[in-house]
Order: sequence, then structure tokens, then C-alpha cells
Amino acid sequence: MSVEVRIPTMLRSHVAGAATVAVDGSTIREVVEGLVRTYPSLAGQIVTPDGALHKFVNVYLNDDDIRYLDKLETKVGEGDTVSILPAVAGGA
Amino acid sequence: MLYASVLDLIGDTPMLDISQLSPNPRARIIIKLEGQNPGGSVKDRAAKAMIEDAEKDGSLVPGQVILESSSGNTGIGLAMIAKVKGHPFKVVLPDNVSIERRQSLEVWGAEIISSDAAGGSNGAMRKAQQMAAEHPDWWFPYQYGNLSNPKAHYEGTGPEIWRDCPEVTHFVAGLGTSGTLMGVGRFLKERNGAVQIWAVEPPVGEMVDGLKNFDEGFVPPIFTESDGYELLDRKKVVGPRESIEWTRRLIEVGVFAGISSGAAVAGAVKCAQEIDSGVIVTIAADGGWKYLSTGAWTGPIDEVVARARKIIYF
Repeated sequence: MSVEVRIPTMLRSHVAGAATVAVDGSTIREVVEGLVRTYPSLAGQIVTPDGALHKFVNVYLNDDDIRYLDKLETKVGEGDTVSILPAVAGGA
Repeated sequence: MLYASVLDLIGDTPMLDISQLSPNPRARIIIKLEGQNPGGSVKDRAAKAMIEDAEKDGSLVPGQVILESSSGNTGIGLAMIAKVKGHPFKVVLPDNVSIERRQSLEVWGAEIISSDAAGGSNGAMRKAQQMAAEHPDWWFPYQYGNLSNPKAHYEGTGPEIWRDCPEVTHFVAGLGTSGTLMGVGRFLKERNGAVQIWAVEPPVGEMVDGLKNFDEGFVPPIFTESDGYELLDRKKVVGPRESIEWTRRLIEVGVFAGISSGAAVAGAVKCAQEIDSGVIVTIAADGGWKYLSTGAWTGPIDEVVARARKIIYF
């Protein structure tokens, strides 16, 4: 199953400048692993070496933050969009 | 009603049933109108609590300079209170806020220190942290890390919602410092553990450039210290287009609110679509006045959305 992954500006140099990349996988973890297989320099950046989502990364399945779904085990399907964004201080 | 101080006018805001906008006839939507606060936004509550708590513990003394970073509303609340209490106030403000936010700060006599638009609120916060470290004689409330911020909502906003709408099943609000969500969320869950807490945020990480890697990211200390990951049940990202669309729809029910209120209502509507039935309470963080220059209500939607992408409206 192929999903569209939106790559944040800071990581685009790892993926030949692409803003979006199509990746196969049935969970978020598989999608990130697939991304790292194709672009090995991304290893450890999104998912840390101990297998957890990086503290300052927000991953969205469509419009939902996966931390409040099933985290990295959240299931994805054909046509879904996965967005990877840095967690930063918002307006206030 | 006669009041002795403008500070007594902060809080106790009205709630309005806007279920007419709900896509689900069994899901009611109620909005709390925080633009009714004297400084014009929900941030008056945190500003008042942070200042009063600092006065009590002696960390803020009469005449002391106050420094804070803000994209507008916290700054405006602090500037108003600083003015009536006689404190000089400096605010680090990102360059990409609406002109009215800047003007409102000027009204209250705030000294504006600009920070780079590309860094957004994140960059303004870093700059203020640096300035505070260089000037230990100034008082730096640090809204992202000051527990008086969520406390204002635990003691104020939360109890008001429970008093006026005890049938609440879902609370949906914007996530900035997380003060509103942490304070109201904890209060409501203590009263009824079944209440669901949903956060709404703009795609803020998309708008902040200049980070080299994820290690430079940020999660507000008040979020982690309030067990935010446990407290929140869902978090939805709502983009500028939906935010503007729902800011416009609010006009149909007589609510002239800011663009982040449109985002919050968009989140409440998503919630209404997903649940079978319930009572969803959301927050209009401010009124529409500070966004007239964006053309949010009247301009061609594509042009308005393009402009909104360039400003901080949360």
C-alpha cells in the first residue's frame, strides 16, 4: 500500500529535494522504515535508534497526530497522507 | 455592574450555543467567547495569573521591567496589566503578525522588539530567553513554562465551563502554550473522567523555517509537566483554509471572532462528525478586530488564505 509522505524543509536535502515521497507500508513504522531504506541518511532522525518517535517530531496521518492514535503502530491505507513536521513553539 | 479595577473584568466569559453549525444533529457545539475579556483575548487570564502569582512570591516587584515573547495576545494582556500596575513592558514580537496585533501592543505602551518572521513564535521565544538571561533584573514570565498559565484555566476557565455546561462530553481548543488545554482539560477530567480533550493546531512546523534538525525543536514545559501526552485524547492539525472558512461561518451565528477561533470550530466540527452524539465545548480565543486587515471575511478566499499563510494567527 502506497502513501504520500510530506517531507519537512529541513529533511529535503536527504531526499533529493523532494517535498513529497511515495512510500509503501501498512503502519507508520513501516512507512518510516521504507523511507529510511530508500534514503539511508534519514536513519535515526525520525525514529530514534531505540525505536521511539523523536521527541521533537510530530507525525500526522492526514490531520491526526499519531501520538494520540496508535503511535508508530497506527495503520495507514491507500490514499493516506503522512506529514512529518518539527515540534516548535506556536503562537501565543 | 460596577468594578474597581479592569483586572476584575478578566474571566467569567459567556458561552453561546452554535449547534446550528454542527454537521451532526446529535452533537451540540458550544463556544466560549474569550474575546469578551478587557484585553480582547483568552490570554488576559494567563497574563493576570502569571503577574499576580509573581507579585505574591516576590519575583515581581513594583516598577520592575517585564519582558515576554508573544505573537500578540499574551503580550497585549501583559501590556494592559503592566500599564495599570506601572511596569515598563517589553515584548519580543515576530515580524509576521497582523498589523492590528502590533498596534494593540502600542496602544498599551509596550516596547516592541522585533524577531525574524522565519523563526515565528519559536524564534521570538528563543530571543526573549536570551535577553532574559542577559538582564536578570527584568522579570520574564515565560508563558510556555509558567505553571500559573494552566492554573488560570484550572481555576477559571474550567470551572466556568463546568458551571455553565456540565453536560460537556468533549473539549476542543487551540494548542499554543497548551495552557488552556492543560488547565481546562485537567479540571474537566477530574469532574468527569469520560470527557475527551482534543487539541487543534495550525501546521506551525511548516511555517517555521531555519531549524537545522529536530533536536532544535520544542515542546512547552507546561505541556510535559502537566502530563499533556496523557491528558490529550486527540490532536488535529487545521490549516489556514479551513480556519478562514469556519471564521466566516461563525458570522452566520453572530460571532465575530479571530482566525484561531475558526480553527477551533473546524476541530469541533471534525469531532462532531466522528462521534455519535455529545456536547462539544470550544473556545473563541479572541474577537475578529485584530484580523480585519487580512480581509478574512470579505476578500476572495484564495487571496485571504495566501495572506494567512504568511502571518501568525494563533
